[in-house]
Amino acid sequence: MKYLGLAPFALYVLLMLVVPVILAVATGFTDGDGGFTLDNITALADPVIVSTFGNSFALSGITAVVGATLGALVCYALSGLAPGSRIRIAVDAVCGVLAQFGGVMLAFAFIATIGIQGIVTLILRDRLGVDIFADGVWLYQVPGLILPYLYFQVPLMVITFLPAVDGLKVQWSEANATLGGSRLTFWTRIAGPILAPSFLGGLVLLFANAFSSYATAAALISQGAQIVPLQIRGALISETVLGRENLAGTLALGMIVVMVVLMGAYSALARKTERWQR
Amino acid sequence: MAALTAPRIGGKPSRWTTTTILGIVGVIFAIPLVSMAEFTLRSTGGGYGFEHWLALIDPENERRYRMLWAGIRNSLLLAPSTVALMLVLLVPTMILVQLRFPRLRRLLELICLLPITVPAIALVVGLAPVYSVISGVFGSSAWTLAFAYGILVLPFAYRAVQSNLQAIDLVTLTEAARTLGASWPTVIIRVIVPALRTGLLAASVISIAVVLGEYTLASLLNRQNLQTALVQVSKSDPYTAVILSLLSLLFAFALLAVIGRVGAGRPQNRTTS
Repeated sequence: MKYLGLAPFALYVLLMLVVPVILAVATGFTDGDGGFTLDNITALADPVIVSTFGNSFALSGITAVVGATLGALVCYALSGLAPGSRIRIAVDAVCGVLAQFGGVMLAFAFIATIGIQGIVTLILRDRLGVDIFADGVWLYQVPGLILPYLYFQVPLMVITFLPAVDGLKVQWSEANATLGGSRLTFWTRIAGPILAPSFLGGLVLLFANAFSSYATAAALISQGAQIVPLQIRGALISETVLGRENLAGTLALGMIVVMVVLMGAYSALARKTERWQR
Repeated sequence: MAALTAPRIGGKPSRWTTTTILGIVGVIFAIPLVSMAEFTLRSTGGGYGFEHWLALIDPENERRYRMLWAGIRNSLLLAPSTVALMLVLLVPTMILVQLRFPRLRRLLELICLLPITVPAIALVVGLAPVYSVISGVFGSSAWTLAFAYGILVLPFAYRAVQSNLQAIDLVTLTEAARTLGASWPTVIIRVIVPALRTGLLAASVISIAVVLGEYTLASLLNRQNLQTALVQVSKSDPYTAVILSLLSLLFAFALLAVIGRVGAGRPQNRTTS
């Protein structure tokens, strides 16, 4: 009886989160008639699926590395402003929106920018004679996802990494100066090692974020299954992909496994980070 | 003046460095938003005008945009439904765990952050069968999506409320109120809720932003919301899609700037431990 008050939330999470996860994973292990099979799991070794995961990893890797680097640079710049300043509040709000709620809308932003009729495309073509689509329209292919993804990756890095940069104590730089250190030694011997785990943590989080993103890609690429989330869409809509049923469950399982590994690495790095943020 | 400033010994960037970096990145990040604005102002015959903005509110086009308005209505209904679900299910549980079951705190955190590890696109595979049951019970109206959205907003709402909970001593406040003879409902309404107001506000605002931007679940569960309608309408009328995207983004900026001002604990970093 003592735990009765927790029942509504527990029941809700069970029905809407735990059951769906179990169902998603379980469909990966069932055939068309509901019998148990490992057949779908072997599909993860299918060359088509392997190359889709490869595309997803490449896209996530590129946007994570570039996004984390640019994001860290912005954090460094922001650390020069007072914590409560107007610019920081504005940057915070903008980053929050772009990092977490952009989705489909970011796809349209880039269609208006570097789409076939986008202003940047037109200016480059008509004023500078540079046709960015000379080798075909890549915006609606996997390479076209890189810029829109960076548009939410950089802000996510800012949100994630800024607390660590703000956590660098003035006393540390004073101690460094008192002991005869230069600005270079401050960065290589003190700030660098302290920030390294949170930078890597941010990198992992950005990778996971790009890997699991669906909306932006779905809005830009309406046909095809070049990355894993789009392949799940294909499997859900058409039931049979590569002549296999229940492939959506297998792909979901593959994604969840990758995400568990990534988030495990992230929380290990976050624990290392927290030591310096007290 | 320069002679009076102390030599820079620490890791802080100079004014000049800050301005340069923020200036360059700011301009690059403004390009897509400016391009959206420019795109919506193009007139059919060339030149610029408010043609596409006016078309949106022209009563003659009502039929053409019927689906779009339906999607917006659904999203505007889903936002408060999701917030209500979050406030009714998550918040009392968090308060209860804080007061009575401190040992369950880690478990609750783990559960609330789980949706980060299970991407919406993977979750939807298992939600499809769950929703065929839900449709059987509640019908297939759009508001039923709120059940799933309540899960999506968990990590955001949890962090916002938790950072507020950590900042106040809920146990002492409650005990004080009880000692002074307050009943439990009085404690909740006059002590706990006011003490948590910034956290609750932040959690609600972030939940609204999540719901208004949600596309994955709605589109794959075959329900209409703002985002699915935008994708649909963009196929025949890209201008309208861009206008509404721009407005939604600006609306979300405004919402988040408001919580930034209130100074509530927004999810500053996605710490899972």
